[in-house]
Amino acid sequence: MRGILHIAYKLLVNDRAKYAALLVGITFAVFLMIEMTSLFAGILMRSSATVINIGASIWVMDPAIQTVANSIPLPDYVLDEVRSVPGVKYAVPLYSGAALLKLRDGTYQAANVIGLDDTSLFGRPALLTGKITDIFAENAFIAVKDSEFYKLGSPKVGVEFQLNDHRGVIVGIAHVASSGLFGVPTLYTTYNRALQYIPNPRFTISYLLVEPKSPADVASIKAQVAKAGYLALTKDEFTSKIAKFYMYQTGIGTNMMIMTVISFIIGLSISGQTFYTFVIENLEKFGALKAIGAKGRELIYMILFQASFVALTGYGLGVGLCTLIIWLARLYLPDYAAIITGWNLGVAFLMVVVIAASSSYFGVRKVLKIEPFDIFRG
Amino acid sequence: MSVAATAIMAAGLNKWFGEGEARTHAVRDVNFEAYFGEILYVVGPSGSGKTTMLSMISGILRPNSGTVKIEDTDVWSLSNDALAEFRLHKIGFVFQDFHLFPRLTTAENVAIPLILQKKDWDEALKEAAADLEIVGLKDKTQLPPVKLSGGEQQRVAIARAIVSRPDILILDEPTASLDGDTGRNIVRFVREHILSDKRCIVIVTHDSRIYEFADRIVKMEDGKMVGIEKGTLDAQ
Repeated sequence: MRGILHIAYKLLVNDRAKYAALLVGITFAVFLMIEMTSLFAGILMRSSATVINIGASIWVMDPAIQTVANSIPLPDYVLDEVRSVPGVKYAVPLYSGAALLKLRDGTYQAANVIGLDDTSLFGRPALLTGKITDIFAENAFIAVKDSEFYKLGSPKVGVEFQLNDHRGVIVGIAHVASSGLFGVPTLYTTYNRALQYIPNPRFTISYLLVEPKSPADVASIKAQVAKAGYLALTKDEFTSKIAKFYMYQTGIGTNMMIMTVISFIIGLSISGQTFYTFVIENLEKFGALKAIGAKGRELIYMILFQASFVALTGYGLGVGLCTLIIWLARLYLPDYAAIITGWNLGVAFLMVVVIAASSSYFGVRKVLKIEPFDIFRG
Repeated sequence: MSVAATAIMAAGLNKWFGEGEARTHAVRDVNFEAYFGEILYVVGPSGSGKTTMLSMISGILRPNSGTVKIEDTDVWSLSNDALAEFRLHKIGFVFQDFHLFPRLTTAENVAIPLILQKKDWDEALKEAAADLEIVGLKDKTQLPPVKLSGGEQQRVAIARAIVSRPDILILDEPTASLDGDTGRNIVRFVREHILSDKRCIVIVTHDSRIYEFADRIVKMEDGKMVGIEKGTLDAQ
């Protein structure tokens, strides 16, 4: 079998023009598919940045919430009610809101302010500079060093700014797992200071962060919270809810899906057509092989090998090209959201398999139909 | 050359295409034998059924009736896979248009039957190079066929046909794509270097300029065998 696959390989790669056309088609399609899906994955990850960075097991919220960025404040008594639910180890409030900063150079900059529970500082970020206890100092804020950090003027510890006409001081620089989606920098402070500095409606708790005593308690906590008229979601459920919102209710998901499908169709048409032409051009030779004594299944193996080889090579080149482009883009555009995940690679691989299978299907049909007698008959 | 045992025995061969009023009888009741050590020509005008008959005796086209025996094997009683295997080991083909792979070297083209027989790639290429030497193309093993003349391509096709040492060699219009002198030289070469006591060669042609190299000539017209006569070889 190795010998016949060796012939198949030589027939393929020695036809340089067609081989190049096949590779370009598949590489381009894979590049587009991975680029589109990785952009979407990046957007989804960033849309759940706060959920990921805070890391609470259970989030309690108003049932009307669609994304973490648009919180609907909860009354304080909900905190007491949740704390009294059996199975709750602890529950703390979280503030999440927008504020307008006036930087030292006089420019204004919108920022996302996260207010952590004063007692526990639950959800605090990992600090690169400074001590977490400094957050209790007067006017203290911790800046997050993410892709938006430069919008704060890349401040160092001790740098001052104004937040809604209140003085603010950077007491630490933190690192978080994910940057936000909306291109604004993030500041951490205490819950009470956030309420003090940012004008608020009657209710002030954005979310309640709950830790169950054991994973088995999650279901009963959710049920009890639901009885109270609120919604409790695990971290994964919340990120999934946010993802679904962006996927189905903003048009982003649909547009990305359409682009991915178009990429797939482009790849399928270029590669399918080129591969089919390649098989047709060699059809008489395949017929001659049949006359000499090649079995039908050996010819099928040859075609499948050629299709798989070109598909996998194109896939590798496409992944490489996409990685290179994302890397280059990030050098110049820190906000560039694309991330390549196993899911992206899997989807692109599946589509490449479909392209290879469809391309070879028509080739195989043709080759199986050719009769050696046709070769004699000319 | 002395005539030995029967290599091919065709009895009552019939082949038609289409059904009802559209039915065309391509070959009617053909019977003949070919022997080891001889070159048998099948001649006749276009449409006389030569190629159809050749395809049936070489295990490529199933007859509607009749039997073909090659060395006592009833060819058409074999399964498709067994038939392909039989062709691979017993029959060598030289096609009218050569059907060489332009993307492979001449040596790789010649090695194809051996590779189909699952021989090691390097070993197959070595044997192919040896056979290219037989056909006088020793120094062209690494060239693609498109770099060769028509006569040289024909010789590559012959080398491919004999590389697996088949007992039966089938040549379909071997001179059709060649000029007169080259065609004659090719068939003379086959006669002098490829034919042996253990091999039977069947050539389909309508090129009367090469009749002189035949031991016997089967004449066909309208799908029927109208005569079998000795070639003009003895007169040379």
